[in-house]
Amino acid sequence: MSRERIVLGIESSCDETGVGIVRIRHDGTLELLADEVASSVEEHARFGGVVPEVASRAHLEAMLPTMHRALGAAGVALKDVHSIAVTAGPGLAGALLVGVSAAKAYAAALGKPLYGVNHLAGHVAADTLEHGPLPSPCLALLVSGGHSSLLLVEDLAGKITEIGATVDDAAGEAYDKVARVLDLPYPGGPPIDKLAKQGNGCAIAFPRGLTGSRDAKYDFSFSGLKTAVARWVERCERSGEQVPVADVAASFQEAVADVLTAKAVRAAKDLGVDTLVISGGVAANSRLSALAAQRCEAAGIHLRVPRPRLCTDNGAMIAAVGAHLVAAGAEPSGLELATDPGLPVSTVQIV
Amino acid sequence: MMAVPLTTVLVLAIDTATPAVTAGVVQLDPDSAPVTLAQRVTVDAKAHGELLIPHVLACLAEIGRELSAVDAIVCGSGPGPFTGLRVGMVTAGALGQALDRPVYPVPTPDALAIDANTGHGLLVATDARRREVYWAAYDAAGRRSNGPHVERPAELAEKLPTLGVAAAAGEGAELYAEVLGLPLVPVKYPSPAGLVAAAAVELLASARPGPLTPLYLRRPDAIEPVGRKRVTRP
Repeated sequence: MSRERIVLGIESSCDETGVGIVRIRHDGTLELLADEVASSVEEHARFGGVVPEVASRAHLEAMLPTMHRALGAAGVALKDVHSIAVTAGPGLAGALLVGVSAAKAYAAALGKPLYGVNHLAGHVAADTLEHGPLPSPCLALLVSGGHSSLLLVEDLAGKITEIGATVDDAAGEAYDKVARVLDLPYPGGPPIDKLAKQGNGCAIAFPRGLTGSRDAKYDFSFSGLKTAVARWVERCERSGEQVPVADVAASFQEAVADVLTAKAVRAAKDLGVDTLVISGGVAANSRLSALAAQRCEAAGIHLRVPRPRLCTDNGAMIAAVGAHLVAAGAEPSGLELATDPGLPVSTVQIV
Repeated sequence: MMAVPLTTVLVLAIDTATPAVTAGVVQLDPDSAPVTLAQRVTVDAKAHGELLIPHVLACLAEIGRELSAVDAIVCGSGPGPFTGLRVGMVTAGALGQALDRPVYPVPTPDALAIDANTGHGLLVATDARRREVYWAAYDAAGRRSNGPHVERPAELAEKLPTLGVAAAAGEGAELYAEVLGLPLVPVKYPSPAGLVAAAAVELLASARPGPLTPLYLRRPDAIEPVGRKRVTRP
């Protein structure tokens, strides 16, 4: 039993400015008090991808208002905050710097400890806000526009090991590129998912990257899949046929979901882990979650997927990592904290 | 926020619009020039994010005061290279929000012009990278008469006869001294006292601060895709 503590989380690694507030209860469990996000996704849409400078400018504009809204939603004052956690990496350099600079200023003004934390650890920690503490060890599949990796999580406050990752495009990136081929808007995930529901996922046998017997067991590759879809569509167009866009979307989506879930379930079996967490923006994909549920049930693996709002980038997940560090008695990062755009997932906190 | 003007104001000044990471604590009185109580300046264009808050705290430690003793904050609003510039702006804004103190943005060249204090027409030019400068012109009374703008030094040089300037200050003026052909005033980066002086009237009047918006002067580099990239030959 210990006193209740309030942890603030600030996220600015890509195109969402997030401020989350989490309470560590007497019994050590976490309570989500606020999760405010300002997104610049619409400003990037016409460019077909995140423009770093546009994202950074949006973070600067959104930081103070988002903090204001989060404090209001939680009904807490800044002086009530016990400590502050901020995404220090990985992410876009200029974007990270806005959140970290703000977090340092808040920490200095309040005289509170600052924790510079890993964005990817945040995606795993997000699930603890919905489904409670994670068993140790567990496996996490992180799939978003910037990342696709399989993580062995032994301790959210310290021990996360990457056992596999994409060797080229992230899964979300493949969605965006295929969306462009099919003349669908950016970001590509939601429109492809919607269109795929009207198509046949078995119509076209798109390649499953890195699934040969000699390939890396837990790594992913989506670049070849994206090219295969483009080739298929272009061949169709050249021969004057109408492109069966729903079947293309469904078959592409099937290939992505198949590889991701097959490798995650295989890793869980190989490592003797009975819990799989799927998080990141792509976790909201309906086929991925349905296939994961089916395959996990068959393999006797407990599947945990946070609600979509917690899967995409937000400040609450960063507050959750901070809460785990505070609860574990970790040393704060100090106000000389630097950002690290390439921060490896094994570094949960920059000390 | 302060409603009644104070006789003496303790001001935190920061600027990250040049390669200098600048922080200082300045005392401002109605009847005299600003007095710098402590300052920390490190010239390192890649260290704004790391050093700014440590510099702020070092200044306060030197004079034995807490951040809460600060009455107001002044922040250079550029123009300057974007990534560094944002560090100062968001730091000032978050400090103001957490401490409930007003934050006054001032154009960075205004502070340099005050520091230069030539009594004649002055050009202030800072390094905008990409072989361009950010510039502004000031009259003999120190009022900004033109700018800030971003431009190539050669194009600026053509305009100089119309600007009424007799000398130049700032790192950009130094870098392109040959092109500009103006005598140099040895002021490269804004000082905390110059920043505070640039906002002195508002500070002493406890005026409502303007929006905390950086002077970018350039649009983000981004090109809209035209049609989709083909992977096979048509």
